[in-house]
Amino acid sequence: MWEYTDKVQEHFLNPQNVGEIENPSGVGEVGSLACGDALKLTLKIDDDERIVDAKFKTFGCASAIASSSALTIMVKGMTVSEAEKVTNDDIADFLGGLPKEKMHCSVMGREALEAAIADYRGGILPMAEGEVVCECFGVTDLDVIRAIKESDLRSVEEITNFTKAGGGCGKCEDKLRDLLQETTSDAAVKPVQVEGPKRMTTLQKIKKIEEVLEREIKPALKKDGGDSELVDVDGDFVMVSLRGACTSCAKSQTTLKEYVEKKLREQVLDTLIVEEAK
Amino acid sequence: MKCDADKVIYMDNNATTRIAPEVVDAMMPFLTDCYGNPSSMHNFGGQVAGAVEHARQQVADLIGSEESEITFTSCGTESDSTAILSALQAFPDKRHIVTTRVEHPAIKNLCENLGIITGHKYRVTRLQVESDGTLDMTRYQEALSDETAIVSVMWANNETGVVFPVEKMAAVAKERGILFHTDAVQAVGKIPMNLKELDVDFLSLSGHKLHAPKGVGVLYIKRGTPFVPYLVGGHQEGGRRGGTENVASIVGLGRACDLAAEMMKDENSRVRAMRDRLEEGLLASVPKSILNGHKTDRLPNTSNISFEFVEGEAILLHMNLYNICASSGSACTSGSLEPSHVLRAMGVPFTAAHGSIRFSLSIYNTDEEVDFVLEKMPAIIAELRELSPFWEGE
Repeated sequence: MWEYTDKVQEHFLNPQNVGEIENPSGVGEVGSLACGDALKLTLKIDDDERIVDAKFKTFGCASAIASSSALTIMVKGMTVSEAEKVTNDDIADFLGGLPKEKMHCSVMGREALEAAIADYRGGILPMAEGEVVCECFGVTDLDVIRAIKESDLRSVEEITNFTKAGGGCGKCEDKLRDLLQETTSDAAVKPVQVEGPKRMTTLQKIKKIEEVLEREIKPALKKDGGDSELVDVDGDFVMVSLRGACTSCAKSQTTLKEYVEKKLREQVLDTLIVEEAK
Repeated sequence: MKCDADKVIYMDNNATTRIAPEVVDAMMPFLTDCYGNPSSMHNFGGQVAGAVEHARQQVADLIGSEESEITFTSCGTESDSTAILSALQAFPDKRHIVTTRVEHPAIKNLCENLGIITGHKYRVTRLQVESDGTLDMTRYQEALSDETAIVSVMWANNETGVVFPVEKMAAVAKERGILFHTDAVQAVGKIPMNLKELDVDFLSLSGHKLHAPKGVGVLYIKRGTPFVPYLVGGHQEGGRRGGTENVASIVGLGRACDLAAEMMKDENSRVRAMRDRLEEGLLASVPKSILNGHKTDRLPNTSNISFEFVEGEAILLHMNLYNICASSGSACTSGSLEPSHVLRAMGVPFTAAHGSIRFSLSIYNTDEEVDFVLEKMPAIIAELRELSPFWEGE
């Protein structure tokens, strides 16, 4: 069970400012059902650029709901330029802290606020211009760099706790590590590199598997009227779909194991396990 | 520490169970006066060995095996690891394992890390399940090969309660000369079984799932099955598992097995009726709620229901206010960021998997408790849906 502060419990059980403002001055929507949390923030801003009302709707866990409630209370009465300075740490502090695995909930709050302000100004959201690093949760490199700088992150695990990036398939771990290196190289404290067992990352695996598929496996299968495609890589499990004549071929399983798996083990990594994707 | 056990409505019995008061009584002497070591030569220790042997008989009686086929371990996970690693060592030339995509982490993560653990390469076939969580026997038969060292298939799924046709699957493996292991942690005590008549070579069970304490398990090893120990040490357990016996817990497990045999009828009638009433009531009173798992091929105590557009942890914490205990397959409750691998293997959409709640009952639940849960749940879900940006009303 998570250790939630009394303040988190209070805002989770009695959330403030639930709902949607009609004819809002700005709307910010972040997250999705697939991600497991989502927040829709609506703001009413008067002619003096002061936030006179803020409401939210949130799908998510206790800390996501509490962060949303906290956010609306904090920004009400602020001017837009004051609200722009609100960070995820401010939201977490308001709640008396969040479990480290749940920091991404406060980040979601800050992101929704930014999106709503950008919508009000009619400008483009700065983060939307970045390049998506984590496809599972749609996190951009700018999101990651910002989180590293703002919250002084030191490891890929911390990046995941704060932004969710890398928390799904894990394919972007290398990229996250690179971003961490680049972002912290100027800082006084360098991140501690933990030496793990020498293994290929999923991204490296996918690249090499695709190479071998294109270069050798597909041409060979095509000779018999078949084809194959890489569907997914999960650890050492490689999910491959068989196409064309392969789908009706009684020998397809043998082909998969004795040809495709053998080739991939020889040329990519000798612990790979090939399975047919349904 | 004080826990108000009488105040909670405990519907999380697939996570762990209440220790039966009869079990506590049986254990007490071994936590106080009877502290001798069963391996000692003196009578003070020797009489304790007698209690361990009595417990072995009680376990054997529940699952229909011989006493000599029962080895006490520390938990279900140890039993699982012992069985799989023993089979791989017994057949070093066979480098293939058949299992399923919905196994407990004790098997799932073991199979995923065999390369690191054993230093050898293994091919693992993880059988796909249908959308109701059941297995396709044809696909199973096709997966077996001459290279297969062992099949490991759970008897009943911990998240959905779906029961696999272990009897038939074991017979098929036997015909092909392949060892068969089943993780029966959720099934023992709820489903009658007679291992003398089955072709199961290894079976794992865990004490704390059937009203015995945590920290004790059993590995059933069919007589004549090649076996290589996992924990090597003293001559305890006939040399099959080194380490001084957890006497009190073993005695407790024995007593719990007696009770389970007595209560099996109750489990399959009264508990099943309460579960059905809870399930049907929730599905009827909460719109957009879906049952996960096969309707009938299922444990009598388990019900896994998805409440769409709301998140599991939030539901559980609201239930917690009423002292209702259950669990969820949502990402947030697992500490990972993805929902349950079991529900994903069944193809349950993310929208529903994040809002899944597992109710697992026991003989200690009452009709009044079911009424209370039925009364509170619709309002909890409705309240959270009011917060949800995806909920657009019925």
